[in-house]
Amino acid sequence: MKLAYPTALSMALIMGAALPVQAQTPEELGLEISKQVNEQNDGFGDSTANMTMTLINRSGKKSVRRMRSRTLEVSNDGDKSMTIFDEPADVKGTASLTYSHAVEADEQWLFLPALKRVKRISSKNKTGAFMGSEFAFEDISSQEVEKYTYKHLGEEELDGIPVHKIEAYPAYKYSGYTRLVNYVDKERLIGLKVEYYDRKDKLLKTLVLKDYEHHDSKHWRPGRMEMVNEQTGKSTILEFSDYAFGTGLKDKDFSSNALKKLR
Amino acid sequence: MIESYARALIRFRWPVIILTILVTLALASGGRFLIFTNDYRVFFGPDNPQLVAFDKLQETYTKSDNLFIMMEPESGTVFDKDTMAAVVDVTDRAWQVPYSIRVDSISNFQHTRAEDDDMFVEELIEEPEYLEAADIERIQAIALDQPQLVNKLLSTDSRVTGVNITVELPAPLTEADQLLTPEERAEKDPNIALAVAMNFAREMVAELEADYPNIKFQTTGIVAMNQAFPEAIEADAKSLLPMAFLVVIVGVLLFLRNFWSMVGTVIVVLFSIMLAMGTAGWLGILLTPPAASAPTVILTLAVADCVHLLVTLLQNMREKMAKNDAIVESLRVNFTPIFLTSITTAIGFLSMNFSDSPPFHDLGNIVALGVGYAFILSVFFLPALMSVLPVKAKPRTSNKSTLMERFADFVIAFQKPLLWGMAVVMIGFSLMTPKNELNDVFVNYFDTSVPFRVATDDVTNKLSGLYIMEYDLDSGEEGGVGNPAFLQDVEKFERYVETLDGVQHVSSITETMRRLNRSMHGDQDEYYKLPEERELSAQYLLFYEMSLPSGLDLNNQINQDKSKTRMSVTMETRSTQQILEFEAQTMQWMQENTPSIATVTTGATSMFTHISMRNIISMLSGTAIALVLISLILLFALRSVKFGLISLIPNIIPALMGFGVWALLVGEVSLAVSVVVAMTLGIVVDDTIHYLSKYLRARRERGMSSEQAVRYAFNTVGVALVVTTIVLACGFMVLAQSNFLLNSQMGLMTAITIVIALIVDFTFLPSFLMWIDKDKTSEPSKTDEAPLTTAAQAT
Repeated sequence: MKLAYPTALSMALIMGAALPVQAQTPEELGLEISKQVNEQNDGFGDSTANMTMTLINRSGKKSVRRMRSRTLEVSNDGDKSMTIFDEPADVKGTASLTYSHAVEADEQWLFLPALKRVKRISSKNKTGAFMGSEFAFEDISSQEVEKYTYKHLGEEELDGIPVHKIEAYPAYKYSGYTRLVNYVDKERLIGLKVEYYDRKDKLLKTLVLKDYEHHDSKHWRPGRMEMVNEQTGKSTILEFSDYAFGTGLKDKDFSSNALKKLR
Repeated sequence: MIESYARALIRFRWPVIILTILVTLALASGGRFLIFTNDYRVFFGPDNPQLVAFDKLQETYTKSDNLFIMMEPESGTVFDKDTMAAVVDVTDRAWQVPYSIRVDSISNFQHTRAEDDDMFVEELIEEPEYLEAADIERIQAIALDQPQLVNKLLSTDSRVTGVNITVELPAPLTEADQLLTPEERAEKDPNIALAVAMNFAREMVAELEADYPNIKFQTTGIVAMNQAFPEAIEADAKSLLPMAFLVVIVGVLLFLRNFWSMVGTVIVVLFSIMLAMGTAGWLGILLTPPAASAPTVILTLAVADCVHLLVTLLQNMREKMAKNDAIVESLRVNFTPIFLTSITTAIGFLSMNFSDSPPFHDLGNIVALGVGYAFILSVFFLPALMSVLPVKAKPRTSNKSTLMERFADFVIAFQKPLLWGMAVVMIGFSLMTPKNELNDVFVNYFDTSVPFRVATDDVTNKLSGLYIMEYDLDSGEEGGVGNPAFLQDVEKFERYVETLDGVQHVSSITETMRRLNRSMHGDQDEYYKLPEERELSAQYLLFYEMSLPSGLDLNNQINQDKSKTRMSVTMETRSTQQILEFEAQTMQWMQENTPSIATVTTGATSMFTHISMRNIISMLSGTAIALVLISLILLFALRSVKFGLISLIPNIIPALMGFGVWALLVGEVSLAVSVVVAMTLGIVVDDTIHYLSKYLRARRERGMSSEQAVRYAFNTVGVALVVTTIVLACGFMVLAQSNFLLNSQMGLMTAITIVIALIVDFTFLPSFLMWIDKDKTSEPSKTDEAPLTTAAQAT
């Protein structure tokens, strides 16, 4: 599984430069921008980051999870990613490996240290709560252009920043959403906000991306993602630190065998 | 003074009438603010400990407000291709129900299985159109093997299956929300949201019935129950109020034999209701079924005021008094009694504010308002109105009270047998009061004319009920749900609960843990047991949570930091007594066997189980205060401590006897009865006031003996008391026809008590007066006077 990562960072980051955009249908424009964002995000090779996830329930009670992520860029397909869980203590050492694919279902393996075994997981539905948070697996897995169809809804201002407003419709049958609405910074081409609409087309969740940093003068990455469930009032804050790019990770580091040897 | 006031009323009759109509219309316009509740929680005050516990549970886990759709195919089995396709379709459509956050069915049940080190998490029924007979057999075998499904979503005989839709309604409106536009407010209003969800579900089920004519659908659940409240109110309003008005019209015509008096009464009654309900609207009172019974109660009570005034008016006119003079005279004679009886009645109803259950505060306050308005209308508007209406009364030879005369003879002749006989009867019935059993089966609050009740009974019989006992089991530490010692305790408790009577289903996290453990070990059955290490449990859960689709997460069973788990026990519909026993049993068992997880039972069932007892206790002080206040008013009105004390007997005993009669007739009492004593106190005291004041007038002003005074009292107020009692009893009998149990019990119990009160006032009271208030001049047995006086002082 590839958590919150370069191209991964949800739909938000897939948005893009509205450069030569005349005489296009809103659908073409939406796709065009998405492609450009995707291309712009490519080329990082591999990366690592630390993540802290804070779950907040209706009454404001918090609980914290920590994990690390490693991502390997795969050209012409979804990325390979690995997540290693550090906290809470009883899941320490648990690790997941995901090969995300553009069209077909992702492949996934899980290493459970208490069982000392790697299990290959087959599940069509990855729309549920990730570690009990408000993030679904599909919100944070590798986002390929082909996973959605698009429609450019218009341009507006979000907190004084000019943004593209683009609607994305999941192509995957088992998605938990009918549509997403992305707010993309026109100038920096980064996602600032995503609204998720549930199966009955009612606003389910709102994601706000903040504290962006420009790494290696190439890659914009948010330092903080806040997901609020508009229906239950629960929320999750995901914080990133220690981003590193080009760390020399190889394909063999993303094999199911490698899962067992992680520390 | 009242005379000149009455004359002024008649002089300015038109301004009085117009002013009354304008004020009535202005206040009644507040009726548009009345909102019908559709939340069973309104029956519980904000401090109710069971509500507080339940709210905490709801905050910790996924809320349990639900809609439950049961499907019963004609084919006799859920496991045929068509029905399975229907289940998938219903599950799919159920997601469209507004505010739905979770849908559970046998089709989207997340089945885990293993092939070597490959783990599969998949829906139990997928793509039903491609299922072969062998697949269906396999699915049936798996489904019947799932403790999570059997007796919850699937009957053991496979004849019925259920789709459970969990909804999360918006939080209650806050003060700040009052500033929003009506449209914005409507969107955030949980009451409107619930109605929207329910209406959508109804339409959906109607469509399903059309699409699947071979499947019978039944809809129940908390949402359906909540929506049944306003519908029960509406049905009552449509049937009871017209019936009550009919009773008034027929009753008044029958007793007063005067058309225009009936018209005047109906207008006063109507205005009293409009004023009271309008004021309730302006005050923002929320209409619950009990509060919505206020119009019927007000109508009944307001009639009494009118009857007293009109009886005197017509009597005077029949004695050839001019109409306006007759009006003045009637007002002069009746003003004080009506004022006193209105105050005592209002006090009785206001004491309902001591109830633990807010709907009864509202009922008490609205009726008290209505009684106040009825008094004002009777002494302000009615005289003016009668002055305008073409009332005629033919002079008639007074044939009054030959019946009463004979009854008085009877009472005087048999005073000793009556005294002791009635004493025995009164004590006997009163002693039967404890034979009543408290029973608040909230599903049965609705009678079988309400579709929700029928559906719920059907679903409860065939699959699983609405009686759910919740246990919030705390491991005491973050992530402690995975602790093997904790899980074993939970499993032990689960096993114990499963053996208890009436339990249909137990839902617990341990089943998920056993299932995962088996799947993680290549589906070997010897691993169908709890994981033995905490890390193992935690990692299983991590894996499982990652593989679940949205809306089917574990938050309905495990809290966010995995320190607590919820166990839900579904039961058949049970009596309050049985639930209390169940609660005590489980508590005791936990304390003895699994003390570290011992906790109280919570949930809606538990809330209703304790509501009557809490209310009876809270109403004890309310009733006591009402009794003291009403007795003080009696002391003042009768100007005698002795008679004030005597009056306590006919005031209190009828309610106790009423319970005794109830024990024989019904035997079960609900929340409603907790307020009946205070309520009837204010009403039955009227009879006592009228009777005793006439008796005392005869003794004091006319120097009559106690026997003569008894005869005088019967002659003067006997008929009026019988008439008002019949009107009141009929009015409350109308309320007894309500399809909402709390109202119907309240109505029937009040009617019984009022009739008993009249019997006591007509038999025991006079014989007691003749015994205790014997004057030296009047006839026999001076011998027992001394001890009697002592007894009276001791009373």
